[in-house]
Amino acid sequence: MSELIFDEVAVSYGKRPAVAPFTDGVGSGEWLGIIGPNGAGKSSLLRAAAGLVGHGGTIAVDGVSLAGMSDRDRASRVAYVAQNPLIPDDMSVFDYVLLGRTPYVGYFGTESTLDREIAAEVLDRLGLGEFAGRMLGTMSGGERQRVVIARALAQEAPVLLLDEPTSALDIGHQQQALELITELRRHQHITIVSAMHDLTLAGTYTDRLVMLSDGAVVASGSARDVLTAERLGEVFHVCVSVDIDPDDGTVIVVPRRGFPV
Amino acid sequence: MTVVTADDAPSTRARAGGAGDARWYVIGAAVLLVSIVVGASIGPAGPESWRVPVALLDHLPLIAIDSGVTQAEWNIVWRIRMPRVILAALVGGMLSVAGASYQGVFRNPLVDPYLLGAAAGAGLGATLALTTGRNVTMSWSVDPVPTAAFVFAVLTVAVTYLVGASFSGSSSGSGRSGVTLVLAGVAVVAFVTAMQTFILQRNQDVVREVYQWILGRLSGATWSDVVLIFPYVAVSCLVLMLHRRHLDVFRVGDDEAAALGVSVGRTRVVIVIAATLGTAAVVSVSGLIAFVGLVIPHAIRLMAGAGYRRLIPLSLLFGASFLIIADIPGRMLSSPAETPIGVVTAFLGAPFFIYLLRTRRIV
Repeated sequence: MSELIFDEVAVSYGKRPAVAPFTDGVGSGEWLGIIGPNGAGKSSLLRAAAGLVGHGGTIAVDGVSLAGMSDRDRASRVAYVAQNPLIPDDMSVFDYVLLGRTPYVGYFGTESTLDREIAAEVLDRLGLGEFAGRMLGTMSGGERQRVVIARALAQEAPVLLLDEPTSALDIGHQQQALELITELRRHQHITIVSAMHDLTLAGTYTDRLVMLSDGAVVASGSARDVLTAERLGEVFHVCVSVDIDPDDGTVIVVPRRGFPV
Repeated sequence: MTVVTADDAPSTRARAGGAGDARWYVIGAAVLLVSIVVGASIGPAGPESWRVPVALLDHLPLIAIDSGVTQAEWNIVWRIRMPRVILAALVGGMLSVAGASYQGVFRNPLVDPYLLGAAAGAGLGATLALTTGRNVTMSWSVDPVPTAAFVFAVLTVAVTYLVGASFSGSSSGSGRSGVTLVLAGVAVVAFVTAMQTFILQRNQDVVREVYQWILGRLSGATWSDVVLIFPYVAVSCLVLMLHRRHLDVFRVGDDEAAALGVSVGRTRVVIVIAATLGTAAVVSVSGLIAFVGLVIPHAIRLMAGAGYRRLIPLSLLFGASFLIIADIPGRMLSSPAETPIGVVTAFLGAPFFIYLLRTRRIV
């Protein structure tokens, strides 16, 4: 139940700018999808919000700037799931999810019984309870993705950042992961920002889309407004047609043969 | 998919996980105790071996047993063997804990405690001390060789760190890249080793002495050696023990660790400094004992699991035991001459490690 504000947020690597000043407000419980071609600055924006790269401007959760917080304070407010998280094969599922409690453990401390209970409870909630003792190396791709989300949930942060949460999954597991995130959002009112490549899924699951290109916002709004064939052709250099489902208004992006105009 | 049901009672109770740990700690402590007794009992001179454990018991408070060990024999056990055994324990435990910690912060299984230049620096320091006015320094009450080795070991690692930090972290400002540091270590080690070789080349009369120093030895160890390095080893191991949970967080990567609220750069510096101080201290009295810091942590991972919470204390216990045992053939094989301990550790350790690799599954 928290509001995430980006105020003139800029990211650059050396002299190369990755994100031009970006301003947006993600309301409490809202799911913002960030789309755009490779290198458009989606990941950089998420990494800035997770405190992994320096940034100009201000990123604030509930009015408190992240820049002034300690690493632990920030981690208790913002959870982050990387695009390709490093998953140690020889770590148990339970221990991995328990790492999500790190922001709440003192420097020389150890996890409390409460921390262990929260981790166990998250595993049960995601249907992973029976896997608690399994090694991560023995899990399938879809199971691992759920474990990674479980770790982020154990963090109990009101803001969840997801970088390409479904890029490594087949179409069924993509849908399952996104449905899972939708359910969690409803039950816990988590504010979500996710970078996504699949435009149809992005339009279907998120509340609002922001399209980035070369670090700058080219469009922002509902899927129907942002995902137009003409704009996708310009930004992605792709030939697509965009259909609107007459029943539920879902925006469907269909790649077509041919070269973009 | 309806996996989210709020009123679902947790079927998995938060497992304490302590029972497995306790079992391993008991085994480790027992093995260490047996190693110490065995190490004190075996030697080319002195009382019959079976009498030594009895004599050790006899010297415990409140216990009096007639062991039949004369005072002269007891002096051999207590003044010659025991300091050597305890020194072996300190060196073996320290190198193993440092190796495990280095492997953790750099997430690199091939890393050993000498990676950032502790060994090369110590070698250069010892070479300088052995080639500079040795006729005069030989008679000093404090031998300058370990001191020089220690100082140069620390200096070399500091140079590596400065070089590595000046290259990485220019964009993010956090100096997070462990790989840069490892590569800086490779360069600095090459440079320092070249300096050492150059000095040796011009002082060929001490080549033998330096070579023996490099091979590592525990012979001639005294209680004063033990007292000399104990504070460093104790502080270093304590700091590393207190950071075992951080090492587990490092396993998921620097980015994830940072997102979980760990100050990656700062924590890494603390761990590296602690591991380096301990390594430099033990290297300065025992020379370069290869293999222990690399292989003991891996052997424990294969037997007891990869979590650092268990790995660090077990590395201390089993590393100590391993070096005590490995030191026994060294003093017996070609008695009264000594086989260098570095040779024995590799000779014993390599086949054992290959056996482990073959019999245990590597995920």
